[in-house]
Amino acid sequence: MSFSVEDTLRKVKSVIAEKLSVPEENIKAESTLKDLGADSLDIVEMIMTFEEVFGIEVKDEDAEKIKTVQEAVDYMHPLRKK
Amino acid sequence: MITGIGLATPVGKNSDECWNSVINGVSGIKNFSTEKNLGYPSPVAGLVGDVSEELSKILSLKEQRKTDRFINLALIAADEAIKDSGLSEKFPEQRDRFGAYVGVGIGGFEGMESASLGFEKKGYRAISPLLLTKVISNQAPAWLSMKFDLQGPTMAVVNACSSGNDAIGQAFRAIQDGHVDYMLAGGAESCVMPITFVGFGNMRALSSWKGDPKKASRPFDKNRTGFVLSEGSGFLLLEREYLARSRGAKIYAEIAGYGANSDAYHITAIHPDGVGAVKAIKNALAQAEIDGEKVGYVNAHGTATHMNDPAETRIIKKVFGKKPLVSSTKSMTGHMLGAAGGAEVAFTALSIKNGILPPTINLDEPDPECDLDYIPHSAREKKVDYAISNSFGFGGANSVILLKRYR
Repeated sequence: MSFSVEDTLRKVKSVIAEKLSVPEENIKAESTLKDLGADSLDIVEMIMTFEEVFGIEVKDEDAEKIKTVQEAVDYMHPLRKK
Repeated sequence: MITGIGLATPVGKNSDECWNSVINGVSGIKNFSTEKNLGYPSPVAGLVGDVSEELSKILSLKEQRKTDRFINLALIAADEAIKDSGLSEKFPEQRDRFGAYVGVGIGGFEGMESASLGFEKKGYRAISPLLLTKVISNQAPAWLSMKFDLQGPTMAVVNACSSGNDAIGQAFRAIQDGHVDYMLAGGAESCVMPITFVGFGNMRALSSWKGDPKKASRPFDKNRTGFVLSEGSGFLLLEREYLARSRGAKIYAEIAGYGANSDAYHITAIHPDGVGAVKAIKNALAQAEIDGEKVGYVNAHGTATHMNDPAETRIIKKVFGKKPLVSSTKSMTGHMLGAAGGAEVAFTALSIKNGILPPTINLDEPDPECDLDYIPHSAREKKVDYAISNSFGFGGANSVILLKRYR
């Protein structure tokens, strides 16, 4: 099964929009999660949701490196199982 | 001094609405049905209803997602109490002299229930890292401190149905002891949901009334069937006297005494002789250095359980004889558990301030063991100088707040 990067980006944006209650159009690839209003607990919660949405597992040490929307997409896209 | 009041209860979403309802004998009890009632025979309850409009003025959508409903109700009533006091226009500069004590009987059961159901199905991935901070009781005072920048002491007071009274009593003592000058104090509760509903029901404490839900809560009536579970929030703004006077604040009433103790007797039942409760009332009177005969009104715990109402009647008679007028506003609001004391002390303060005593509705045929004047059916105009509000909690907690008219 293959997924387009655009689809991954769309799903990442939709999770962020829901968890942080920000409009999707405000979420750019280069936006940092912090600038979008996430604190450390929000980030943990979003990562857990990404794991479920994409059927993947994100190691804690990798999760710490994800700062922007683009970095989230780059890390998770190749691992996607769903 | 009580200089602000905020309320969100089954009879209104702000203090004006609630007060108008209770002095007009309006019941807030409705049919409560969910598919998960599991065949419970008498689905009636008191709910505050949709508060999204009130809430949107205080919390962002993101913040709303992080807070259980009891925290939301606490914020709505506390926000009203601060605005009502006039302090929001010129907030005290010394933030560490301003704290918040919040009575919570049960806490965030709603969030816990849905998390448990998710955990059962999906395991650890179903549990949000934001779960615990959404449901634990102290997050109500924590959110008050964050939203209103209160840097004084904050604490959840967890003492079953007397939680709200005890939060107010402890806040009163904190001001008296000199630690703080201003306190938000009251209670918040929201756990009208299948497991609590059926839990209280199986305990045989909950009303089994069949018929018009507005008649379900019947304190002191011969045909009462138990208490009606409800949700809500009630807060007072307590302020040191000279500060309230120097800014010309409106003063509802003064807290003149607080008595609290325990029965050391049973997990749910009040002691049949009410030894502890009698002493708690006497301690509140002693603190104010007054005789019982000065007390003109008792806002009763008045739950409408078989056990409470005759026992409370005996307690009141032991201290005061038959003189004071008594009523149970729970006949209209239902029992808001940890929030009950907060709302009822607020009602008692409004009774003193306005010279109107709320009725006990649905008291059609008094229980022969309940032989006081409970102000049946309709409110009564009467000026009283002193009034008490009783709260008794599961586990034997007795808590009494004595209020005095401010001259």
